[in-house]
This record gives sequence, C-alpha cells and structure tokens, in this order.
Amino acid sequence: MTDSTANGEMLTTADGRPLKAALAKAEAHAKRRAFLLVLPLLAFILITFVAPIGQMLFKSVNNEGFTVHEDLGTGVRTPIMTNIAAWFDENPLGTDPGEDAYEALAKDLVVLRELKAPGQAGTRINYELSGSRSMFTKAARKAKKLKPPYKEAILDLDEDWGSPKLWQVMRGASSSFTSNFYLAAADRQRDENAKVVMVNENRQVYVKLFMRTLNLSLLITFLTFVLAYPIAHLLATLPLRHSNLLMILVLLPFWTSLLVRTTSWMVLLQSQGVVNDALVASGILGDENRLQMMYNRTGTVIAMTHILLPFMVLPLYSVMRPINPSYVRAARSLGATSWTAFRRIYFPQTVPGIGAGALLVFILSVGYYITPALVGGADGQLISNLIAFHMQKSLNWSLAAALAALLLGGILILYWLYDRLVGIDNLKLG
Amino acid sequence: MANSASSDAFVEFDRVQKSYDGEVLVVKDLNLQMPKGEFLTMLGPSGSGKTTCLMMLAGFETATHGEIRLDGREINNIPPHKRGIGMVFQNYALFPHMTIGENLSFPLEVRGLGKSEREAKIKRALDMVEMGAFINRRPAQLSGGQQQRIALSRALVFEPELVLMDEPLGALDKQLREKMQFEITHLAHNLGITTVYVTHDQTEALTMSDRVAVFDDGRIQQLAPPDELYEQPQNSFVAQFIGENNTLEGVVKEIKGGIALVQLDDGELIDCKPINVSQPGERTRVSIRPERVEFNKDRLKEGAHTLKAEVLEFIYMGDIFRTRLRVAGNDEFVVKTRNAPDQVRLKPGTQIEIGWLPEDCRALDA
Repeated sequence: MTDSTANGEMLTTADGRPLKAALAKAEAHAKRRAFLLVLPLLAFILITFVAPIGQMLFKSVNNEGFTVHEDLGTGVRTPIMTNIAAWFDENPLGTDPGEDAYEALAKDLVVLRELKAPGQAGTRINYELSGSRSMFTKAARKAKKLKPPYKEAILDLDEDWGSPKLWQVMRGASSSFTSNFYLAAADRQRDENAKVVMVNENRQVYVKLFMRTLNLSLLITFLTFVLAYPIAHLLATLPLRHSNLLMILVLLPFWTSLLVRTTSWMVLLQSQGVVNDALVASGILGDENRLQMMYNRTGTVIAMTHILLPFMVLPLYSVMRPINPSYVRAARSLGATSWTAFRRIYFPQTVPGIGAGALLVFILSVGYYITPALVGGADGQLISNLIAFHMQKSLNWSLAAALAALLLGGILILYWLYDRLVGIDNLKLG
Repeated sequence: MANSASSDAFVEFDRVQKSYDGEVLVVKDLNLQMPKGEFLTMLGPSGSGKTTCLMMLAGFETATHGEIRLDGREINNIPPHKRGIGMVFQNYALFPHMTIGENLSFPLEVRGLGKSEREAKIKRALDMVEMGAFINRRPAQLSGGQQQRIALSRALVFEPELVLMDEPLGALDKQLREKMQFEITHLAHNLGITTVYVTHDQTEALTMSDRVAVFDDGRIQQLAPPDELYEQPQNSFVAQFIGENNTLEGVVKEIKGGIALVQLDDGELIDCKPINVSQPGERTRVSIRPERVEFNKDRLKEGAHTLKAEVLEFIYMGDIFRTRLRVAGNDEFVVKTRNAPDQVRLKPGTQIEIGWLPEDCRALDA
C-alpha cells in the first residue's frame, strides 16, 4: 500500500476502479442496513428529546404574550400591541411617554378587548411587574369609551399607568425575543433604565436554590459513594452465587415504584414515624424532642441517597469485578500493608467506576423532582421543584424554560470540567 | 523427626494440612524441606494442592494444621507483606495504572528506600532481564514475554531470598516459553535465590528444576531430581504423569534376585524390576518408557523375554518415529525410535517381537 501511494498513484482494484469507490460500494449495503436499524431510535430521540429540548430552549428566550394572539379554536395568529410597539421603535429608551404613546396604547387595548386577549398581555407584563395584569383587564374593559386626551383618560383609570417601570417592561415585552427570563432565573431584573440589577433581597430565590441543589447533589453523591464502595467491593469479591443474591437486594428498589419507596421513607421518618417511635420507646429521645427528619433537607438527603444508591453500586461493581485479586496479592507480596495495597493498587483501578457512578448520581440528583417534592418540605426543595411550579402553577413557561436551560448549561459545564480533570475515556458504566 | 531436619532447611513444611470447607483436605500431611539456593518445582494436575501450598508459603492462605518455617522461623502467623518473599503470578499482576518503573519502584517505596537507591536498584533489576529501555512504558504496551520479564524483575528488585512462581509461563506461546524457562533458571542460579515454582507442565518441571515434587490428591507422590523422577518413578501415578509411558497390567508370579516375574493378563510372562510389589499374587501395573522398547533382536540380551506385537500405526515426527503397537491386548503401546540413517520404518500390519531390559520395566502399584 505504501509503495503505490508513495508513487502518487491512486490505488485501484484488479479491474481498474478506484479502491476507495469500490470499498464504499461493497460496504454500502451493510451501512444502509445498519442505518435503517438505528432509524427508529433516531426518530424517537429526535421527536421526544431533541425537539422538546430545542423548543424549551427557544421558549426561554421567546415569549409572544405581548406580541401575538393565537386563537385556540381556529389557530389564527393576530399581532397585538402593534401601535405601542411602533411607538417604542420610534422613541428611544428614556423618552417620556406622551399623548402619542397613550393613544397607541388605547388603540391596542381596543384590539385586545376585541380579541378577548387582555389577560394574555397582562400576564406577560405581570411576570416582570406583579399587579399589572388587573390593570390590563380593567383598562381593556373600558378601552372603547376612552376619549382624547388619552393620557389623562388612561391615568384616570389607574395612575400606575404612568409608572416608568411599567413602560420599561412593556418596551421589553413588545419584542418576542428577550433575555429577561434568564435574568429572572438568576434573580436579576432590568430597572426603568434597562440596567441589570438584583431583585429585592426577599425575592432572591433562584440562585439560592441553584446553590442548594448543587450542594445537596454533591452531598448525596458523596454519601452514595461512601455507602456503595464497600457493598460493591463485597459483591465483586464474593463467589458468584452469593453475590447474585446480594445483587438482587441491591436492585430490589428498582422493582418498587419510586413513589412507594418515597412514601415508605415518609412512614419511617415522620415525627410520629417508626424511627422516632423507636428512639422514644428505647428512651434515647424524650417524647417532646422527637427528631424532625422530614419536610426538611434531612428528609431529601436520606430518601434520595437511598433511591440513587444502586446507580453508584452498579458502575463500581462493574469495574471491581474484573480486577484480578492477584493485583492486591502482588502488592502484599511486594511488602505493602493491606491499607497501602488498597490505596495505591486497588483504589486507583476503581476510579473509572467512581467517576461514572458519581457523574450518574450527581446528574440524576440535580434534576430530581418527586422525592424532594414529597419529603423535602420548604427547606428541602430543589430547583426542579421550582421549574415544575412554574410549568404547572404559575404557568410562566418561559421562566421555567430559562431555569431548566441554566440547569442544563450548568451540568454541561460540570461535565466538561469532569472531562478535563478525569477524562471521559476513564468512565466505565458497565 | 521433621524437626531434626529443620536446622539446615531454608524452607520447611512440617505436617501441613489445609482444608477450605472443613470437609475435604486439599493438602494432606505435607512434609518438605528445601535447602537454600534450590530450585524446586511443584508439579501436578489442577486441584492437586500445589498452588494452595504456594499460597500458604506466600501467606495468602493459612495452614489448617502444621507449621511452615522459613529460615528456621515459623511464619504461619506472619502477614504476607512481612515475609519478604518475591512472587511472580500467572497473569503477571503488573499494576496497570503504573509505568514499568513505578511498578518496580513500588516494593522499594513501601520499604522506605531513598530515591537514588531506588533508581539504582530498578536499573539493575531491569538490566538483569534486558528491559532497561522500557522503564516508562505501561504494562499494556508490552508483549506477554516482556510483561513476564518485568514481573520477574519486580519480584527480584527488593532482593528477596525466596521467590515463588505460580505458573508464570502459562500464558506464553511454546517458543517463548522455552526461552523464558532457560532465562529464569539461569537468573535463579546466578543470583543464588531459592525458588519454588508451580506448574502443570512436566517439560517445564524437568528442564528447570533441581528437584521436582509431584503432587496428586493433596500429597507429594514423589520428590526427586528430574532424571530420577523420569527414570525411576516410584508409583504408577508418577510414571503416567511424567513423560510418555506404556502400561501393561498383570499379576506378580514370583520375586527372586531383584527380578519380579509378572504374568500379563493375556498370559505372557515378562521380567520386571519390583518397585511397589512385595509378594507373589499381587496385581501390578508394569511401566516401560517408549524409548526403552527394543524390536531389534540383536540388541536384546540373551534370554530376555520378548512379546509379540503388531504394528498399528507409524507416525513420522521428524527427529523421532512414533510407532503404535498392539501388545498383550493393549492398543496404545508406543515405541519411539530415533530418526537415524539405519533406523527401520515399521509398516502397519507387520508382526514383530519386542523386548527390553528388566531394569527398564518397573512393576508398580496397580
């Protein structure tokens, strides 16, 4: 091969066709078949994973609440708030809204009334300035009766319409694309001059929650590691028939519903629960100082550590099983104490499993939802509980999407860090 | 009795027994004394207890009963890392996450040696096996034979007086194995270290050892230098296990003047050397090595007993001819002859007469 390429000639088959083309043709069938085999999965992933995540990421920077009305019955899309948007375009930030601005607002309110959409537009503004939704619904109801001069008429309805903050928020919302949801997700907002500032201290929740999620996930990862390492080692060194039985015990939680497992922790941990009753009955605790182990961080950590334990045990087991016992024996025969042999010979060989298990448990716990929701109380909530809150209760999907995107980005950064520090090739899942 | 010998023995097993489950003895009453500098091989089929003995000596298994002594000191309760015994494992057990240099450095580090001293010793140990250029490689980057050399030099780098080897050549191909056999024996003799070598390969045992202990059923069946083991097996297991062997079964007729007259099962009579038989009427298994069988009448002694044989198969093996015969109802009787210019090549179907010297024909236990 090297001979002919050295001569600069193209390699050919016996009948003179280029070798590369012949190879591609010969393997085309196999490749096509392989592609068709993975096609269902590929389509499934595209439809159920890539598309929703893409849509979510899009939602986090795009909200049409103040720009387009979509009729749910007919699907007709009508632009709304067009006049005011035009006014914002012509007048730069800082311009005091004059009569022309209020006239544009009044016209838009009429359109809103006709489309029965003042709630939608109000909600969009309300995300950033609470209390403003009712202003929109009230004003739209009376929009047709408004007479020039509009400024006075509208301010008569509610003098809050003159607030520079409101006008700043409306200016931001008049374009579908906005970074405000990301700012909100990081406890920040724009003031009336569109400068990014922190929100009031009593309303700073998300950053705190992100940090709590991170800390609890790290703690849970560490706890599962401490608990799983000896078990995995035992499983890996026992004869197969014993270890299979133990493995069933490790996997048993997988066969029970997550909900059942979490609820059983509630039975155990609540203040009138099994653990407290046992402690009181044995005289370790007085009846009046029962331990509060649930509806707080302790409950979240205990229950999640238990639930995520198998995800640590399995990767550890899979790297420990093939480690030949003769490595440790060799180390011992070379003069190492059993601790040195463990530390310098056995442990380094299990690092890929630790990496895999830790990454798995950490990523799962960062996004965990049901267990903290049930046993976490207010103190043990994680960021995903808040995302769920915004998806289901407050219906601020854009904020939920921004929070989720930040979570995703954070995990990707950690993943990248992990790759830099440990190396992803060192990962061994099984 | 065993204690009296302990004064000059370097390694000593004294009535050692081992059971894993409390029901079966894997090692039954093992007694063994090794002088300093000896190369001793434990040879036997798998499950014969040889590896268990090695593991007890290394300290990875505890003896259920009996004493193991090293240089006169009882070591039953000394943990493996304090025994100072070098060990080479079947799969080499080179630490995969360390370079060759780090692998060799490990035993020196745990002994607290300084850096310069470590480097000097590592260099010497690697040069010993001609692997000095590989100090920065990882074990996975080496071939089987190279890994074997490193494992050997790692077991020797901290200068132990006793080295144990557990089937160290099992994973190598035939040619490399023969080369390594040679190297290991030379190294062991040049350094004057005492070596216990475990293998199930009898060629390895014969070519390398000063003495061979043949294990079966948890006991040493015979402990002897290789030539003695091959030429004078003490029982039929050893005769069968070491080298190729022809067996004929019969009953002892009489024993007179160091010669036993054995009547084979088909009625023919032959002269044998009695080893495990003491009186007429005992059943016996007669063992003759294939290369000691003679079919050229001129070379047989006057009056030697001969047997009729039919040639079944002639196999050309290059340096030797292997001829399969039917003798006294045994279809697996083999004769080996050297490929010499005047050697006869027997044709299948030929009827011949075979014979041998009585001292080459050993009457063993049935």
